[in-house]
Amino acid sequence: MKPTNEMKLAFESRSQNESFARVAVAAFIAQLDPTVEEISDIKTAVSEAVTNCVVHGYKDCIGKIYITAKIYPDNRVRIIIRDAGCGIPDIERAMEPLYTTCDTGERAGMGFAVMEAFTDRLQVRSTSGKGTSVYLEKRIASKAAR
Amino acid sequence: MNVNLQGDREALTAFLEGEIDHHSARSFRDCIDERVASLGPKLLVLDFSGITFMDSSGVGLVMGRYRTMQQQGGELRVQGAKGTIRRILLLSGLDKLVRIE
Repeated sequence: MKPTNEMKLAFESRSQNESFARVAVAAFIAQLDPTVEEISDIKTAVSEAVTNCVVHGYKDCIGKIYITAKIYPDNRVRIIIRDAGCGIPDIERAMEPLYTTCDTGERAGMGFAVMEAFTDRLQVRSTSGKGTSVYLEKRIASKAAR
Repeated sequence: MNVNLQGDREALTAFLEGEIDHHSARSFRDCIDERVASLGPKLLVLDFSGITFMDSSGVGLVMGRYRTMQQQGGELRVQGAKGTIRRILLLSGLDKLVRIE
């Protein structure tokens, strides 16, 4: 299925860009007339993915974070959040709730669990030393169906 | 972000306002910890009713304050968490450690 609309973002992995990223994606998706809850779910999932890039992907440096968001005719939204950072050595372990490698801050290790709970589909691809891509999918209920 | 702290040594309530993410969590944390360290309250209440967005950074914020209050022999409570914010707190199982009103 071909997307009916698409947008791309590239920005630096500075923590002040976490809010920029989630608000930008939410603004793009607003054209589907989502509910307050759907928008909130997407903002939360995007915030988690971008935070992972900032905290883990580019742990010791500032790098670029890339977001692509596509809208499909069946009201599905696909969001890809990609970094070219250090990668995740063990994805399965990283996705376990409460697991975190961060010992400097107060990270709860809930990022992937939240992304999973707030979207319809979550996929993670990572190569050590090359980077990580997170694929999020969510169907926005059409206004007629509500 | 803003934290409005009200109360005394018996009970201190931190009314949190704004968005909690990884970027803002540190400021929330510093504001609360400074007062908790100087006052040493028996009960600390985190009020989320003024929070407009929160991701799992908020779970870290609650967990960290829970640890601090435990070390001081005090208690932590959470109030005013609704919708997505409440869902995230429950998803992390925080309600097993902290009373969420």
